[in-house]
Amino acid sequence: MGKNGASRTELTERHVVGAALPRIDGYAKVTGAAIFADDIALPRMLFGKLLRSPHAHARILSIDYANALRLPGVVAIAVGSDLPVRYGILPSTQDETVFAIDKVRYIGEPVAGIVAEDELTAQRAAALVEVRYDALPSVMSIEDALLDVGESGEKIHPESRKQSNVHKDVHLTFGDIEAGFAGADRIFEDEYFFEGNTHAALEEHSAVASCGADGKLTLWSSTQTPHYLHRVTAAVLEMPASRIRIIAPPVGGGFGGKTEPVAHELAAAYFARKTGRPVKFTLTREEVFYTHRGRHPVRIHLQTGITSDGSIAACRLQTWLDGGAYGSYGVATTYYTGALLPVTYKMGAYAFDGCRVYTNKPPCGPKRGHGTTQPRYAFESQLDSIATALGLDAGAYRTAIAIDPYSRTVNHLRVTSCGMREALSAVTERTDYGEKHGKLAPGRGIGLATSAYLCGAGLPIYWNPMPHSGAVVKVDRGGGVTVFCGTSDCGQGSQNMLAVIVAETLGVEVLDVSVCAGDTDLTPVDLGSYSSRVTFMAGNAARNAAHEVRERIAAAAGAELGIAPERCAFASGRVFDRKQPDRALSFVDAARAAEARFGTLAGVGSYTPPADLHGDFKGSGVGPSPAYSYSACVAEVNVDFETGEVRVERIVLAHDCGRALNPTIVEGQIEGSAYMGMGEALMEESAFRDDLHRIPNLLDYKTPTILDTPRIEAIVIETEELEGPYGAKEAGEGPLNPVIPAIANAVADAIGARIYATPITPERVLQALDGTTGPLRLRAPVAARTA
Amino acid sequence: MLRLPAFDFQPARSLEHALALLAEHGNDALLVAGGTDLYANMKLGLFTPRVVIGLRSIAALRRISFDPEQGLRIGALCSLDSVARDPAVALHYPALARAATMVGTPEIRNMGTIGGNLCLETRCNYYNQSAEWRKALGYCLKRDGDICRVAVHSPTCKAINASDTAPVMQAYDAAISLVGPLGERSVAVRDFYRNDGAHASVRRSDEILTEIALPVPASGARSSYRKLRLRNAFDFPLLGVAVAVATDAAGTCTQARLLLNAVGSAPIEVESAGQILLGSHLAAATLADAAEEVFRAGKPLENANASLLYRKRMLRVLARRALDEVASPLR
Repeated sequence: MGKNGASRTELTERHVVGAALPRIDGYAKVTGAAIFADDIALPRMLFGKLLRSPHAHARILSIDYANALRLPGVVAIAVGSDLPVRYGILPSTQDETVFAIDKVRYIGEPVAGIVAEDELTAQRAAALVEVRYDALPSVMSIEDALLDVGESGEKIHPESRKQSNVHKDVHLTFGDIEAGFAGADRIFEDEYFFEGNTHAALEEHSAVASCGADGKLTLWSSTQTPHYLHRVTAAVLEMPASRIRIIAPPVGGGFGGKTEPVAHELAAAYFARKTGRPVKFTLTREEVFYTHRGRHPVRIHLQTGITSDGSIAACRLQTWLDGGAYGSYGVATTYYTGALLPVTYKMGAYAFDGCRVYTNKPPCGPKRGHGTTQPRYAFESQLDSIATALGLDAGAYRTAIAIDPYSRTVNHLRVTSCGMREALSAVTERTDYGEKHGKLAPGRGIGLATSAYLCGAGLPIYWNPMPHSGAVVKVDRGGGVTVFCGTSDCGQGSQNMLAVIVAETLGVEVLDVSVCAGDTDLTPVDLGSYSSRVTFMAGNAARNAAHEVRERIAAAAGAELGIAPERCAFASGRVFDRKQPDRALSFVDAARAAEARFGTLAGVGSYTPPADLHGDFKGSGVGPSPAYSYSACVAEVNVDFETGEVRVERIVLAHDCGRALNPTIVEGQIEGSAYMGMGEALMEESAFRDDLHRIPNLLDYKTPTILDTPRIEAIVIETEELEGPYGAKEAGEGPLNPVIPAIANAVADAIGARIYATPITPERVLQALDGTTGPLRLRAPVAARTA
Repeated sequence: MLRLPAFDFQPARSLEHALALLAEHGNDALLVAGGTDLYANMKLGLFTPRVVIGLRSIAALRRISFDPEQGLRIGALCSLDSVARDPAVALHYPALARAATMVGTPEIRNMGTIGGNLCLETRCNYYNQSAEWRKALGYCLKRDGDICRVAVHSPTCKAINASDTAPVMQAYDAAISLVGPLGERSVAVRDFYRNDGAHASVRRSDEILTEIALPVPASGARSSYRKLRLRNAFDFPLLGVAVAVATDAAGTCTQARLLLNAVGSAPIEVESAGQILLGSHLAAATLADAAEEVFRAGKPLENANASLLYRKRMLRVLARRALDEVASPLR
């Protein structure tokens, strides 16, 4: 059994893993006691405001802020040339500056920063900054961005070597794709469009920075990735990282929207250093829509060749991603639109072409399901069409072609534990899917879909041979245990996860463990809360650190009890003889004995993914993960044929999370995924009017309310993931993906027609019923159609 | 976060005090009751009053009473929630109860008042946006600009009446009391609104809406309100249809009013559809004809969160459903 694996003995002695205990930060969150970034107020604090571009694409001719600086209460103003260092989350796309230099690329791009004694003064001063622009033609669609800009045209990023606004073009082929299609009995070919949408986390981004008398800078920020913010702050401020401390307070929802450094954080740090006073920037909701980094709009062309028994002989996927104005995680997103498609089903050959373009919109980036959500919607939609064409039950068909545990995908990814078949049967049996699909009354429909997701990326964002996560566990003489780890809790429960794993390893109660996280001065590096990596990677690091302590305590306690250390068991605050459980020491006494014998009691642990996860080709770094989670979803809908309204009446969602460290939190993630997926399927869209985000507020940008949300039945499927901490895999992102195609498939079942785009708005439903993709028909409804 | 601009808040102790404050501050002042509309608009820079006069503590304007002879009187400061829950409203004016229930969210219905809902600022996709957003697009007729972004050749603002209760009040033939320096006047709801988004009511800036009076419904009266929205709460109407009819003992329709909201700057009465119903027995074919007439007459524009073609098509559907409901023998 490897160091990352859970040993058999421990499994039988679990005392907190698997228990539905309240989360340690739960009371603070629900009573309002938790201190979020915007709750921080420091003496003499200044407030910042960003002046944003009113043009989608324009040259900056001049900026004059003399009048703004004269406004009483204004303390400092900065523009692009004050912070010229380019940065970006990926080493290959260092294409942003804190404030735009020379040109602006989307409406809402920061052009200047103002700090003042209060927020309203900063806001008034922003209106006094005079910026002269020379407007350039804007590019607002994938189709326009693919065009050659010609001799006189100006690309959004002129330094790009391409003639168009293409950002990244990737081409991958696995197996003999031509032979695969040649050997296929039927070929299915469809085109889909997945509309962009945003995270809509309740907490608007906030950052507070303060420079101490010693010249050291502290930056509190609602970030999912304190380590990356640390690196970028040091680079942009041209300051040694050793003089910068990043603290991630509890984050009020992230969903991927807070995974890369953005302007207001760096501006806060800059102004704090410049003015010598603490500085806070809190974004408005509208600014959050401009900061974005949300779901890419993706056009998808999907071609699948099937043999007579239904096996997938070949699959060819082309994606076009509307990236918005900057790179963000876009190169990774592009690869992700192709990389995880083969993780669910066996296929003979696979070809993937991805293309990301720049447009003059707020930059897109990662949102829950990062790049895999859009093609999954297309693929699961097409699979339903295939099953129907072959006359097969869509559930049985998916089970028949499902990938096997402990296998390799067609694109060389290593699959370990896999509960996909279990998830499929759980949701289809619970809902009588087989008896209902295709057989319900008009207007009523049932849909099924599956998906798979990463438990963290196999490779880091910037190349380095160091661990992806580190932890320190320290034991106090009173029996209190503290775990130090660089994670950021964005609401997913990472604090609780660390406490549970350490408590389990040392046999203490969860509340005996204190968690110190997300503080670059105090905690070892964890790469951050993205790609569903924290439970798997930080969990393993914490478990390894706790194990080091455990071994020392076992040695000391074994000596006290007169038994071999291996015979020591740890549970319920006691260290005892596994063969004679009444021979025991309290944990406190055992720990004191260990400290007396070995010195200060602390352990370190780290986690690095195995090296053999990926194939050897360009782009092979995106997609590999030490393990994959699997989900299946059934949705039941009721469609109003006259209004086109879709009412989701039930969502049953099963998720293979390995071992559930805390089943309540896993169920919460499943329920949240169902809710968010439903919003993406039916109403959420990043809509533009001319060059402008049409609805940058949460009244007009529709997310479902509780009255729109059906009964959600969360089913936890447990598998034994040998490399996961106590057998655990991820639960934060994977369950979202199948929800959207399940609803799309249910709508298709209900109305007898397929809608090839999201969101499935009432208008699109009526177009499908009309048999048109153009404007709505205004004729009176056909009576016979009305259910 | 979006900050409320600074202003001087003056709580009124009584109606007289409120009027005195209004007289004192003139056009520098705005009235606030629940604040669910005004403060949101102030955050967007749509209003920049120097003084805001708070009406909430005027207890006299927070009463609902029903008299079988006189009808219903609702104080302007009654919360939307209290109107929705009032037993007399539910019994005699069910469409009003439903419309009040469909406003916003529970929090908004607890804070928001019936008077405030009737005075709801007209809304438009081009208008209910931040100052920065409107600047990026170029301002509009309703605020800071000189053209209507929805209908560029229109001399008037096309912002829509999005009050759920307004069309229902007009369907019930309600009257509004306005108190000003010259005393009290009563204005029928049908005369209260103007189809101009920038000047959407006849209330003068020195007047306070104090009460709404609804006549006793005729025997055999039935009513309905249907609202089109993209989600089941926290949404203004994309379209609303209010219907009030009365029938005599023989089942002949003796009164019929159909009102639309969210298709104009005022509630729009479709009199021609009412004419189709009058004298009929509200048979299915008649209802269909009336719904078709509503569809023909209603003219939504491209200024809400669904296309005008969709909203146009839904006119017929909502009208038919509202009519089916009032024609149903069960009601």
